[in-house]
Amino acid sequence: MIHIKRLQEDGVDIVALVGEIDASSSIELDLAIARSVGEGFIKILVDCSALEYISSAGLGVFMSYIEEFKDKNISMVLFGMNDKVANTFQILGLNELLQITQSKDQAKQLIHEV
Amino acid sequence: MKYKYKVGCSIENLKGVRDFIRTSLRQHSVPDLQIGEIVLALDEMCSNLMIHAHHCNADELFEINITIGKESPIIFEIIDDGTVFDINQFIEPELGNIIHEKRKGGLGIRLVKSIMDKIEYHKRDGKNVCRLVKAVSFN
Repeated sequence: MIHIKRLQEDGVDIVALVGEIDASSSIELDLAIARSVGEGFIKILVDCSALEYISSAGLGVFMSYIEEFKDKNISMVLFGMNDKVANTFQILGLNELLQITQSKDQAKQLIHEV
Repeated sequence: MKYKYKVGCSIENLKGVRDFIRTSLRQHSVPDLQIGEIVLALDEMCSNLMIHAHHCNADELFEINITIGKESPIIFEIIDDGTVFDINQFIEPELGNIIHEKRKGGLGIRLVKSIMDKIEYHKRDGKNVCRLVKAVSFN
């Protein structure tokens, strides 16, 4: 079960993930990101501080946007992951392909730099 | 100790699978980060089985067994009667290709292979048994 909340701060769309993302719920993540892009946001922060679990279905959603974001000059930063969730990204080396920071402040700083 | 869990092939049931594995392993002082990895690997195996071998049919059941003693490793068995998909025979696409082709598959198998020490398939009593072995360092 995943709950996704969105809020906007200084023109940045913040997508907050609450709960668990697996094969049955990854579609929700996909829709939330697609909605953000559809509304024209070019800076997207993903708040993972209440994300308890993610499987490959969720990782695949993030991966599937990498090229599109490059083409459209959209930047996305993920922040606030707990150790287990961070470990899941690291096992596949996705921490090298996605922008990930620990705190929200760091994430905001990074997204305003790029 | 042996733990058994029977579940229908609806992906809505993956949460139950994860809870079963977490609860079982917590009783044996397996470190949290290792529990997290094992839960992930089993979730990936079960979701593949539910989706590809059983087309998410909630009426088709399969079984998960965990055998855990005082000594490492832990043995997991996934027992079903669908079509066997041997992930050892599957060559995972490069991450670069996954990004380029916007493929959402292949990542799960890569995770399972990274996490588990051994993945074997055999037949028992006419059923498919997928056996996953994982060495752990008990707390």
